[in-house]
Amino acid sequence: MIKRTYWQRNTATDGYLLRRDVSRVLGNFLMVVLLFGLCFLILQPLLHQLSNTFMSRDDLFDPTVIAIPRYPTTEHFRLGLELMYYWQSLWRTLAITFSMSLLQISACTLVAYGFARFNFPGKRFWFVCVMITILIPPHILRSAMFINFRFFEFFGFIPLFTGGSVNLLDTLQGYTLLSATAMGLRNGLYIFILRQYFRNMPKELEEAAWVDGCGKLRTFAQIMLPDAVPVLMSCFLFAFVWQWTDGFYAGMFLRSFGMMAEQMAGLGDYFASWYVVSIGAAEGGLMLAPIALVEVMVSVGVLLGIAPLILVYLFAQRYFVESIGQSGIKM
Amino acid sequence: MKLTMRGKNAVAGYLFIAPFVLGFLAFMAYPLYQNIRMAFSTVTVDFANDEFSMAWAGLENIRRALLVDPDFTQYLVEELIAMGLLVLPVLIFSLFIAVLLNRAFPGRGFVRAVFFLPVILASGVLVGIETNNSLLSLVSEQIQNQNAMRANVTGVIESILVAEFGAGVADRFIEYIMAVVNQIYTIAMASGIQIVIFLAGLQTINPSIYEASSIEGATGWENFWKITFPMISPMILVVVIYSIVDFMSRTDGEIMGMIDIVVNRWREFGFGSAIAMIYFTVIAAVLAIVGFLISKLVYYYD
Repeated sequence: MIKRTYWQRNTATDGYLLRRDVSRVLGNFLMVVLLFGLCFLILQPLLHQLSNTFMSRDDLFDPTVIAIPRYPTTEHFRLGLELMYYWQSLWRTLAITFSMSLLQISACTLVAYGFARFNFPGKRFWFVCVMITILIPPHILRSAMFINFRFFEFFGFIPLFTGGSVNLLDTLQGYTLLSATAMGLRNGLYIFILRQYFRNMPKELEEAAWVDGCGKLRTFAQIMLPDAVPVLMSCFLFAFVWQWTDGFYAGMFLRSFGMMAEQMAGLGDYFASWYVVSIGAAEGGLMLAPIALVEVMVSVGVLLGIAPLILVYLFAQRYFVESIGQSGIKM
Repeated sequence: MKLTMRGKNAVAGYLFIAPFVLGFLAFMAYPLYQNIRMAFSTVTVDFANDEFSMAWAGLENIRRALLVDPDFTQYLVEELIAMGLLVLPVLIFSLFIAVLLNRAFPGRGFVRAVFFLPVILASGVLVGIETNNSLLSLVSEQIQNQNAMRANVTGVIESILVAEFGAGVADRFIEYIMAVVNQIYTIAMASGIQIVIFLAGLQTINPSIYEASSIEGATGWENFWKITFPMISPMILVVVIYSIVDFMSRTDGEIMGMIDIVVNRWREFGFGSAIAMIYFTVIAAVLAIVGFLISKLVYYYD
């Protein structure tokens, strides 16, 4: 066969080859520009905050300093760590978030398995209830939840023993109850994902176990669970991350625990009042903190608060993205 | 009593879902019922004596929310407009990005990770944290006005286009497009999960379908509309519903903020419940209409 040059082949195809290749290169180029541009769009505020927090006061008020501080300082971070009671809050939040997420995922797994593998009257009804918990955000029931937990009676059972209702607000018990009954933050979603996963597992496994005389609970614990570890891990990570940044349940049950969500949202205010007391008073009279500085402190709060999450995300990114793919969500 | 196999199964099933049944009754159904009752009552709470009582008030709270309160109806309309402005672009954006990400190219893992980052970065207290602060919220309006006045590229393009095409339908359309373009950051931040849902859907499409149509001479554009789009239409329903629910439960939404203030600061539980109920009814109606319309278009392959 005769070797033909590119041009010869191009003329042989009436210029189709060249057109195809040019449009392919152009298309790829446009795609790269677009995708990485959008990546930059998402990352830019984070990078901006990061560079701002290392700027000293002079840099902040100097219009010629844009991204790279001339006199870098870690002063804001040190102040932030102190005003947020960062380390104390970090350990507490880690302990509470970890245990609550674990509890929620355990409950959700049980429930999801029940929905995926058993037939019982009323199954459809209860599954509609799961969908309802996904569709109705708890935030909207705020006033009823407040009353419900402030005067907790559990359908009149509790007054039988104590003679009155219990105040569950601001207690860890309240949130433990919610977590243990799969009603924590976005737990309906985890039930949905896990159920979908269990449904797609082959039934033969359980049938074989049953034939060999293995009980239902044991089949679940020893046969189904080990295979489901990756998807459980994904759900756990979601629960952990969303729990970490959640202000709603934290505000309702964990206000006195100094959770990270509250601390990072409050740092701007902490700083403003700290400024009035310590710097404003020293300079004489009532001095409010400059807006630029408050903004920097808010950024410090955000960065310090999400640093553990970013770490988790860097190492476990795969679990986050793949869980939803595995579940094959469909309606 | 001896149970049949089916009976045993049913008992075991109920034992497995027992936590949820208890939790749902105590922490969802009951608050929901109470919320509806409180919306039609005057609620008085006596924190000192651990008591609260409700007195039937009829439509008083609803009337106050819809006719008396100066903010509520305005917030409601604004929220609905903002939702319309966000949900459609989020749908298009996430589908577009998912189609791009479905191809193999160097750096794909990184790009996917970045697009999913908003799921973490735009959750809980992190939403609107810049203006939640008391000092900054005072000046936030001023900052926004300043930004609006500053000449930017999209602003200039918008004024040129409007001048070119004049008033009328085109004008409205350009305004909408420009509003969307200006919102691109918000859109990207709201589409993390949606992109992954679409990606998962795209990966379930059998590649041999594309192969067959390409051999028949179909272009990429035709492939998208004739294969990808119908095959992914069930995901569109999921994504739209997820986006609407996600939008309504944003903690920095105007109505959410109002409920928070009414309940946590004013301690007016009846009024707060009434607002929540109206808001929820409106969203449920939107969900029902949108869900119905889209489910007509959905195509199920198997």
